[in-house]
Amino acid sequence: MKYLDEYRQRDSIEKVAAEIARLNTRPWTIMEVCGGQTHAIVKYGLQQFLPAAVELVHGPGCPVCVTPLEAIDRAIAIASRPEVIFCSFGDMLRVPGSDRDLLSVKAAGGDIRIVYSPLQAVTLAEENPDREVVFFAIGFETTAPANAMAVFLAREKGLRNFSLLVSHFLVPPAIESICSAKNCRVQGFLAAGHVCAVMGYEQYPPLARKYQIPIVVTGFEPLDILEGVMLCLRQLEEGSCRVENQYARAVERHGNLPAQEMVRQVFEVVDQNWRGVGAVAASGLRLRQDFALFDAGRRFCTDIIARADTSGCISGEIMQGHKKPGDCPHFGNSCRPEKPLGAPMVSSEGACAAYYGYRRQEPANEH
Amino acid sequence: MNIDCPLPADTGEIVRLGHGSGGELSQRLLRDCVFPHFNNSWIAQGHDSATLPPATGQVVFTTDSFVVTPLFFPGGDIGRLAVYGTVNDLAMSGARPLYLSCSLILEEGLPLDTLTRVMSSMGAAATRCGVQLVTGDTKVVERGKGDGIYINTAGIGVLHESFTIEPGQIRPGDVILLSGDIGRHGMAVMARREGLEFDSPLQSDCAPLHRPVQNLLDAGISIHCLRDLTRGGLATALVELAETAGREFLVREADIPTCDAVRGACEMLGLDPLYVANEGRFIAFVPADQVESALAVLESDPVTVGSRAIGTVTGGDRQQVILQNALGCERLLHRLPGEQLPRIC
Repeated sequence: MKYLDEYRQRDSIEKVAAEIARLNTRPWTIMEVCGGQTHAIVKYGLQQFLPAAVELVHGPGCPVCVTPLEAIDRAIAIASRPEVIFCSFGDMLRVPGSDRDLLSVKAAGGDIRIVYSPLQAVTLAEENPDREVVFFAIGFETTAPANAMAVFLAREKGLRNFSLLVSHFLVPPAIESICSAKNCRVQGFLAAGHVCAVMGYEQYPPLARKYQIPIVVTGFEPLDILEGVMLCLRQLEEGSCRVENQYARAVERHGNLPAQEMVRQVFEVVDQNWRGVGAVAASGLRLRQDFALFDAGRRFCTDIIARADTSGCISGEIMQGHKKPGDCPHFGNSCRPEKPLGAPMVSSEGACAAYYGYRRQEPANEH
Repeated sequence: MNIDCPLPADTGEIVRLGHGSGGELSQRLLRDCVFPHFNNSWIAQGHDSATLPPATGQVVFTTDSFVVTPLFFPGGDIGRLAVYGTVNDLAMSGARPLYLSCSLILEEGLPLDTLTRVMSSMGAAATRCGVQLVTGDTKVVERGKGDGIYINTAGIGVLHESFTIEPGQIRPGDVILLSGDIGRHGMAVMARREGLEFDSPLQSDCAPLHRPVQNLLDAGISIHCLRDLTRGGLATALVELAETAGREFLVREADIPTCDAVRGACEMLGLDPLYVANEGRFIAFVPADQVESALAVLESDPVTVGSRAIGTVTGGDRQQVILQNALGCERLLHRLPGEQLPRIC
C-alpha cells in the first residue's frame, strides 16, 4: 500500500537504527506524546531497534484516557435519557465511569450509536427531528475541526435537536505541564504528527527554549518514529534544543489555517481537567457563547458530582511518563481489556491496551 | 451456471403476522416465496419432516444462525451466507454436504419481494453446492422485534475418509495454509452498513468451501485439521485451535495476504484485519512434505486462488499463537475482549 509500506520496511528501519546506535553515547529518555505512536512502538517492537540506553516513555496523547471521569458520567446520564440518540466514537463506549460504562447503558436500552464522524450525527439529527441527537465531542486538536464543522453545519441547517458534549484537550499545555513537573525525567519529545498537521508547530519553539528540550514533530509509522528518535537523539548528543519536523509529508509549519480558524470561531480555550493528571491551565476547549444552543452540557443540565477515581488505575502516572504499564500491580490481572479499571486499558491509543494487546508473554499473576 | 438471483417485480406486499399463523396466509407465503426456490421431492411431499435415504459413511451434523445487517451487501446476501455458512461447517470436517434445513424468523413489515430475493439466492446457492433444502419452518415476529429476516440452517453431510480431521490431529511440524486474502466480508458489510465509500469497491469473500476441501482429499493430502474463518477472523480461529489442540503456532504476518482495499479501510478505521470477519476462507493444517502439492490444488480453484503457507506448529507445549511481524518482532495473538471498535483519530 503506497505511503505506508515504505515506512514499514525492515532494511530502512535497520539503517536508521544503525545511525541511532552510532550517535548514542549515554542514556536518554524520550517521550512520544501520542498514543498512536505508543501503539506503533509496541506493536512493531521498535524498542528492540534502539540501544538499551535510549528509553521511550509514553505520553498523554490518548484522548480517551484523558477524558475526565465527570465527562464520562455526564455522557452516561445524557445517554440514558429516552429522548436522546447519543453518538460516540467506538473507543469511548467501554471506558468505565463512576459506576458503569456507555456500553452497559446501551445494553439497558439507551440509544447509543457508534459513528465515525460528527457529521454522521448531524445527519441523524436531520433524520430524527423528534429526538435529541448528542455527539460526544472528545479528542485533541485533531478532532476539533470536524466537531466545529458539525456545529456550523447544524446551525446552517437550522437544527434545534443537535448538540455536542464537549471534552476537548490541547496538547502543548500538557507538554508544558510535564516539562515543568519537579520529577520530570523526559529529555526530549516526539510531538504528535497529526495534531501538528492541524495546528502546525509554531507553538513549540518557545517551549523548547524555555525548558531547553528538543521537540521533533513525528509521524506514526515505524520508520517515522525511529527517524524522530534519531533527530531527537542527535540534538541531545549535540546539546541542542530546537524544533524539527520529521513528518514533513503531512505537517507544515503553520498547519491547516482554515481548520484552525473554524475551531477558533466555534470554541474558546478554557482550563481543563485531565483524568489522572488533574487541572491544566488553558488546556481545553468549550463552545463559545454564540454556539451555546449546541452545548449538550447546558441543554441537559445534568448534575454530576465530580467523584474521585477510586478504581486503582494509575493512568496519571502512566500518561506523564512516570510509570509503565508493567509497573502497575493490576496490569493484566484485575485490569484487562474485557474488564478495565481505567481508560488506558480500553482505548486503541492507550498505553496499557498496547502493552497487553501486543504482549510477548502472558503477564505474571497478581502480586 | 448462473447463480444470480432474479429480481421479481415489486408487488408492494409485506409480511404480516398472519403469515406465521400456520393458516392460509402461511401456505401462500411458502407457495409463492419459498418453495419455488427449494425445488425438490422432499419439499414437494409437504411433510413436517424429511425422510432421507440411508447414508454410506459417517454422518456429520451442524447448525448455524444468520443475522446480518444489511441483508444484501456487495458480494452476497443473507440467503447465500445461510447456505454457505452451514456447508462450510460441514466441509471443515471433511464431509460432503447433502441436506440443509431452513428456519426463517421474519419481521412483520418485511417486503415479500425482499423475502423472495433472499429465498431465490438461497436456492441458487444450494444448487451451486449440490445440497438440497429439504425441510424448514417460518415464524413471524412483530415489527421492531427482528431485523427483517433471521435464518437458521442445519446441515447433514457424510464422511468418506478413513481418517478424522479435527484439532486433536494437529502435530508439531504441520504447516498452516490460508486459503486466500482475509477481511473482505467484514469490511464489505461494514462499509455498506456505515455508508463508507472507497475508491475500489469491497466485495465479500462469501463462498462455499466444500469443493476445495474435496479437491485436497482427492489429491491425497492428509489434512490434519481445517477451520473456516468467520466472526473473529483469522486470529480468533488460530487461538481457538491452539487452545483446543494444546499446541503452539508460529505465524508470519508478512505471509498473510490482505488486499489493498481491506488494508486501506482497516488503516483508516483503526481495525486489525486479523480480527475482521470472513465467509469464504479457511486454514488447513497439513504435513510439511505435502505443502507444495496442497497449494497447487488450492491454486487451481477460483475460491482458493492466492492460498499461502502462513506458519507452522512448533514443538512448544504452550497453547498459544505467536505472530512474527515483518520486522522480525514477535507477539502473542489472543481473542478480542469484545467487539473490535474503530479508533478516534
